[in-house]
Amino acid sequence: MGEFKVHRVRFFDYMPAAIRAMAFNRRTERLALARADGALEIFNFADNYFQEKVIPGQDGRAVEALCWVGRRLFSAGLNGEITEYDLENLRPRYTVEAYGGPIWTISAVAYSLSGCVPCQVGCEDGTVKMFEVLEDRIQFQRNLDRQKGRIISLCWHPSASLIAAGMMDMIRIFDVETGRATHRLLVERGVGASKSKEVVVWSIAFLSDHTIISGDSAGKVQIWDGLTGTLARTHLVTKWDVLALSVSQDESSLVAGTSEGTVVQFQFLSSTLDGQNKDWVRTRTFKNHSHDVRALVHTETAVVSGGMDTQLVVRPLLDKVEKNTQESAMRKMAFPHRSLVCCAKKAGLLLFQFPDHLELWRLGESDGHGNPGDSLPVKRKPEKLIQLKRKGEDHICCSALSPCGGWLAYSTVTSFRLYRLQNNTISITKVSKLPKDLRSAHQLCFSTDSSRLFASSINSSVVVVALNQPECKYLHTLKPKSGSREPVHLLFASEDGKWLATANTACEVQVYNLDKIKLHCTVPVYGSCPTAIAIHPTSSNLVVVHADQQIFEYSLVQKEYTEWSRRLQKQGLHSLWLERDTPITHVTFNPKHPAHIILHDMFMFCVIDQSLPLPEAKTRLFNQMILRSLPEPMRILHRHAFKMCKTFQNLMCVRLLEDHSLVVVERPLLDIMSQLPAPVRQKRFAT
Amino acid sequence: MAALYEGYTLCGLAPAQNQSNSGVLGVEAERDSDHVVVTDSTRSVTLYKVSDQKPLSSWTVKQGQTLTCSAVYNPQTKEYVAVSDGKVIRIWKQEHLLLDQAFKATVSADVWRVHCVAGGEPVVLFKRGAVRLLDALLSAPQQPIEEVLAQEESIRWSTNIVTESQQFAIFTTEQKGDHFLYLQRLNPNTLQRYRLEREEPGLSPLSFSASYRDKHIRLLYLYPNGHVYQSVVSERGLVTDEGGQAFPLPRSLLLSLPVGEGLLEAASAQALDEAHIAVVGVPHPSAGSGKDFLCIWNTNFQTLQAGKEIAGKIYGQLWSFWNKLFIPHGKTLSVIPYECPKSSLASALGKMRQVKTEGELEQICSTATTFDTAPVEEVQREVDLLLSRTDIQDLQPSLGQLASTLVSRTLQDPAFYTPSSLAQLVHTRCLCHSVCPDLVLLALERKDYFLCQLCLQFFPDIPEAITCACLKAFISLEPDGVSFMETLIARERGPDGLLNGFSPTSAAEYRSDGLGGGGTRAQQDEEMTSPPPEQICPVGLHKAVLLNEVLQTAYSDSFLLPHLKDLSSQQVVLFLQYLQFLYLKYSQDAFPQTHGLRSPSLSQILDWVCVLLDAHFTVLVMTPEAKGLLVNLHSFVKSQVRLVSELGKIEGSLQELNKMTAKKDVGQYSIEIIELF
Repeated sequence: MGEFKVHRVRFFDYMPAAIRAMAFNRRTERLALARADGALEIFNFADNYFQEKVIPGQDGRAVEALCWVGRRLFSAGLNGEITEYDLENLRPRYTVEAYGGPIWTISAVAYSLSGCVPCQVGCEDGTVKMFEVLEDRIQFQRNLDRQKGRIISLCWHPSASLIAAGMMDMIRIFDVETGRATHRLLVERGVGASKSKEVVVWSIAFLSDHTIISGDSAGKVQIWDGLTGTLARTHLVTKWDVLALSVSQDESSLVAGTSEGTVVQFQFLSSTLDGQNKDWVRTRTFKNHSHDVRALVHTETAVVSGGMDTQLVVRPLLDKVEKNTQESAMRKMAFPHRSLVCCAKKAGLLLFQFPDHLELWRLGESDGHGNPGDSLPVKRKPEKLIQLKRKGEDHICCSALSPCGGWLAYSTVTSFRLYRLQNNTISITKVSKLPKDLRSAHQLCFSTDSSRLFASSINSSVVVVALNQPECKYLHTLKPKSGSREPVHLLFASEDGKWLATANTACEVQVYNLDKIKLHCTVPVYGSCPTAIAIHPTSSNLVVVHADQQIFEYSLVQKEYTEWSRRLQKQGLHSLWLERDTPITHVTFNPKHPAHIILHDMFMFCVIDQSLPLPEAKTRLFNQMILRSLPEPMRILHRHAFKMCKTFQNLMCVRLLEDHSLVVVERPLLDIMSQLPAPVRQKRFAT
Repeated sequence: MAALYEGYTLCGLAPAQNQSNSGVLGVEAERDSDHVVVTDSTRSVTLYKVSDQKPLSSWTVKQGQTLTCSAVYNPQTKEYVAVSDGKVIRIWKQEHLLLDQAFKATVSADVWRVHCVAGGEPVVLFKRGAVRLLDALLSAPQQPIEEVLAQEESIRWSTNIVTESQQFAIFTTEQKGDHFLYLQRLNPNTLQRYRLEREEPGLSPLSFSASYRDKHIRLLYLYPNGHVYQSVVSERGLVTDEGGQAFPLPRSLLLSLPVGEGLLEAASAQALDEAHIAVVGVPHPSAGSGKDFLCIWNTNFQTLQAGKEIAGKIYGQLWSFWNKLFIPHGKTLSVIPYECPKSSLASALGKMRQVKTEGELEQICSTATTFDTAPVEEVQREVDLLLSRTDIQDLQPSLGQLASTLVSRTLQDPAFYTPSSLAQLVHTRCLCHSVCPDLVLLALERKDYFLCQLCLQFFPDIPEAITCACLKAFISLEPDGVSFMETLIARERGPDGLLNGFSPTSAAEYRSDGLGGGGTRAQQDEEMTSPPPEQICPVGLHKAVLLNEVLQTAYSDSFLLPHLKDLSSQQVVLFLQYLQFLYLKYSQDAFPQTHGLRSPSLSQILDWVCVLLDAHFTVLVMTPEAKGLLVNLHSFVKSQVRLVSELGKIEGSLQELNKMTAKKDVGQYSIEIIELF
């Protein structure tokens, strides 16, 4: 089919931040995840674990705890503030100072009859502060009895009348009505040298039968009787700390995360057949992390864990899911589900986005040709042209580089910046006068001729700006008819400058006619979120790939699904294609071969040749090795539309340059691992 | 798994003063499975309902009279029969309350026992061995009774067996330490006498038990050393003249029970079914040396199936009726129900197989009987017949038994030797050294080197001492010894041509010493234009083949070394020369493989050189003839060591080369060409 010259790039030093806290909303099946840099991510567990939304972090915002109240998300951190987030505009909505020093924990009542939901935080100064969650804000209500020592962890009793608080060396139970501490449970310190060190109750759970479960820095998981305040059972699970606990909703299973990177499961089982005398029994140990497990969620079917090693792991419990299905496979999410790399395909430039800076690189060059499998001699090495530090406290949320390489834009939640680049002389000039409407963007995109900039803004709207020397001018704002308020996370401007396609997290895909400056059509809404969209340069067909791995092709001219798309849906995608566990993050086309669609996920890139037959269920999907071994005439018999290449792994980006060479940006996980701090020391065999 | 259930007491006992006997004369079956008749050793007979543990009736003879045999029940007439004071037969029914009022008849000789089993008539066995049916006896009570037994012979045990067609009275006797089995057929009357094989001197069987199955009577007997033997006698049997000499009774060792300290004293073994026996008075293998146990053993798998500790003194008495064991112990008579389902492995393999194996055993036993007496030709024929079977592998244990029977007969009878039968048996690969430990030495003794070779080849477990004995014999083989062997081989070589590489071509080629005759040597000299002197094989081909076989046996250095020291210095030098020759050959070309010889590997040769030098180094240093050999060996080893070190260097360089091509470093940036198809 063809040879590609591939620029294999490994100099993007992408480094995800450690996972600090997680909260799972069982009603909407959304997981909120906070990272050490203050960034928040929302994963939709109902939609193939797709990372729907990212709220960029902020310097000094250290989120220590997260909590959902209905569809509202709150965080508290060591900066002493409680923050509520605007999940439609992907930014903090407001921040409330708790006046109690660093906040270690936040907890809200799961159900409330009165409508006014109390929410409380545990502070460094030993107070438990109760807040009332009002419709548009939270309001301080009162303090519970102040205790000596910091409050590390909190958990409401399901009845909302009691609160258990994990502290230093002890656990206290408060009566919410009176605000008095009713019980004091002393937690034993570790043995040996750690005897002199205070034991920290890192995590606590309060069950409806008044059982209290605590995890502490001495490595113990302890089961207490909350009515009498007595210790029922101690499980020593690690030599280090038990950092996180999570209980399943039916209170029959419990998981504990440790500093060793293990997750230990306990189950409430009876030792006899008649089901009497149930006890918490240690059942399974999972080791999916190399470092501290800081955050844990026990969903109905899986254990979700995250920590210092930055990966989010979903480990299905095999007694809860059907075996050997896609649901029973373990998932590790290491990379964001959106592209952090922008490529100027005419200029051969790469823009790497980091939370606090941008890097602009020029690709290297080589001359001559080689046979497949060869590495060509590099005549000119790649060079870093510009490292641009962001201004302000907020982290960069999106960035873009124009195809000609002359414009560079980035946005944070509070500011937007546009730069003019002169590549030959490597100079960068900030465009000072920007239109008022261009204050912040969720996603940025330049038109092919670099004359327009599209920026997704509030309420699914797109701001269109004309780029002229030396300034830029606001043209208009494109708005969908649906009135959706969900943010647009994908933008694509067609090659001919006629179309602009947008996709938002409400799964809506809109296509605007830029000539007429109006909405052209809305693609029928599909139940899964789009992860990549693109418009074919010649046929004007829109290709949409969804989180559930489905591919649709929609004709903008006929406003209907194309024949190929219908055929694909009728026959169904190959099961191995559907079983991939990372989303397609980019779609592009090959101008040399109009029938080719190039797309990639984290572990492969694929060229779909629409002119070839689709692979049937029994066909071998990954057939490149076989084809290579066959003589040319035989290949035709075995070819199918999906040409998948797994040579390159841990892909951050695959782009086709104008000279038809591919740019592949890899970020080996081993490189990320090597930059992590050393894990806790463990006794290994023969060391 | 067989199982013993919770037992219960049937009645109390009044054991004799010295406690040597239990006070129970006998327990006999009554009308059904729930009734037994117990006769005590003094005067009374009691009928019990077993499940109720309750006596239903009891009869006593007058004071001054004693019962001399246990009462039996005749189900046909519903009468009880007992004997008092040796000669008075008493017959009564349950409704008779007083024994004195019942029928009495006095006979002319002392009665040993009256036997009666369901389906048969009551049989009276007299102390001197005569047998009468009760009815016939009572028709003329004073009829003369002949003496069957010899002067000092006396009955030890007796029973009565009814088969489909015949009724048997079976009894064993002892005469001056010899034991005999009498098989008395009734209607028509014939008597067979068998002599039991002697166990260790002074040991007499402790208990007997007889059963009838598959047209054979099986006799099970237990010796004080814990050996349980089974002898099988055909129902038909040989018709012989009365009072003739006793046949030897073939036996097979079913079990070798653990006896703990000393010999068994009061013990009894009872066959329960074809695979299970109950043993009382034998220690439990996992409970020390106490002998107060009742155990059920599976004889097919030699496994203990169930065990139960029995309180109180055990008298070595045991009866079993209808899945119940009756044991007098201490001052009680206990009933212990048991169950013997088909053992699980046997049922897993299928019943057919078990039935068949029984058949096999019989055949083997009869074959073994033949082996004890028959001439060489017949033995050969029997073996041929046996080995023509297709399921020969299933018979492995029995084949071992056959082979050891043959070997023991050969050892006893210098005129008897069946080389081909033994070779055939070894060739089945079902034998090993531990099964018939005398075979290899027997072969050596009879100079049957071909059999030795086969044994070395097929036995995985030849001890180092035997290996060394073979080696010694092979090295010191005189030419006439070899020629003896050659004739043997010429005779024995089967239709499949050559055995073990004795092909005529290779024989001609490598005969280099005087053994094969001068002609071949000259021939070889012509063929090899200038052979270096060390390349001439120091031993003849046949000797070489035998030595090769020794080289390939498994051994352990530390056990071999002491035996190797027995070799004389000449033998050592010759053997070392041969080893050196082999080693040189090996290091030059692939010589041994070319002729289809079973040839030792290079490492085996080197190991033998090492162990031989180890054992005899000082002797070799002192022996002038060995000097040249040692010097040669040294220089050769030195050159080899140099060669190996050079090879090591080359390997190192090549490995580096390999690493260089394998390592593909992907740096920060590269431009590559890929192709999609």
